[in-house]
Amino acid sequence: MIRVFVFLGIGLFFGVTLFKSEAASWFRIYEMFQFQSFHMYGIIGSALLFGMLFTFLLKRFNAKSLLDGQPLNMADKDKSWKRYLYGGTLFGIGWALTGACPGPLFVLVGAGFMPVFVVIAAAILGTYAYGALRSKLPH
Amino acid sequence: MIDFLSQPWPWFVSGPLIAMVLLLLLWTGKTFGMSSNLRTLCSALGAGQQLPFFDFDWKKQQWNLLVALGAILGGFLAAHYLNDGTPMLLNPKTVAQLQTLGIQDAGTAYLPNALFGWEHWTEPKVLGMLVLGGFFVGFGTRYAGGCTSGHAITGLSNLQLPSLIAVIGFFIGGLFINHFILPFLL
Repeated sequence: MIRVFVFLGIGLFFGVTLFKSEAASWFRIYEMFQFQSFHMYGIIGSALLFGMLFTFLLKRFNAKSLLDGQPLNMADKDKSWKRYLYGGTLFGIGWALTGACPGPLFVLVGAGFMPVFVVIAAAILGTYAYGALRSKLPH
Repeated sequence: MIDFLSQPWPWFVSGPLIAMVLLLLLWTGKTFGMSSNLRTLCSALGAGQQLPFFDFDWKKQQWNLLVALGAILGGFLAAHYLNDGTPMLLNPKTVAQLQTLGIQDAGTAYLPNALFGWEHWTEPKVLGMLVLGGFFVGFGTRYAGGCTSGHAITGLSNLQLPSLIAVIGFFIGGLFINHFILPFLL
């Protein structure tokens, strides 16, 4: 039961931060792709700087899970480039069209923008389509 | 305190807080990746009976669905109780540019009414944008194995070259649509 509140709490913290940072706003994504503001680059850049530090420290001190003492999950990604470049480009198309990546989609529904449900439903369908075509795609 | 939190949060506060989310998820033995929830939802809806890609024990991913549910609650909380209505400080050039494209509420609204407003989202062109865009978000993130949280934050923080390639892809696709397609769609 405590786990339920831990992950719900982390998500709540994430959701409030995404909304208040304006990273869930279509306008900020448009502005980012126009290179007309530092705002989004500042968010991602500073998240990355601190993220690198945190990841380094967890590895350096060989930290174990706070919940069950098991090793942490920081596996290397599969070595390849095709799936990352092709998949990444397709996601970028969707990101610019809707102004939202998956995290903000959840935040925006909570904020009361109901048409975003359409985007989520389409994203679930897109995920299903990938699962169906997976064996035919270059990875 | 509530007044302070109700202003827009600057990037140098928000970025490190997002890194805190990464730290908390890694330190509980999990990963930070929101698009994985879309695969989990497919599996929970029964897609595993048709496709092996969705044939896994989705209940093991319930922790991530809880993070997503938390994000929904966070969006509700922030929009209704931590929102003093301060205008978004967009670049005036962006605001002017969007006005010429017919989007009049840049800076005053959180999402453009012309795309997400009740009276507009059902227009064929707008609905097409939302459905096609959402489809690409779902297809592309799973093909690339992650989205902004999984690659741009988690993967790059762990110095993963594949994540750098994915992020370059995000910008190839995003810049192309933003500069060459949106001017005709909006």
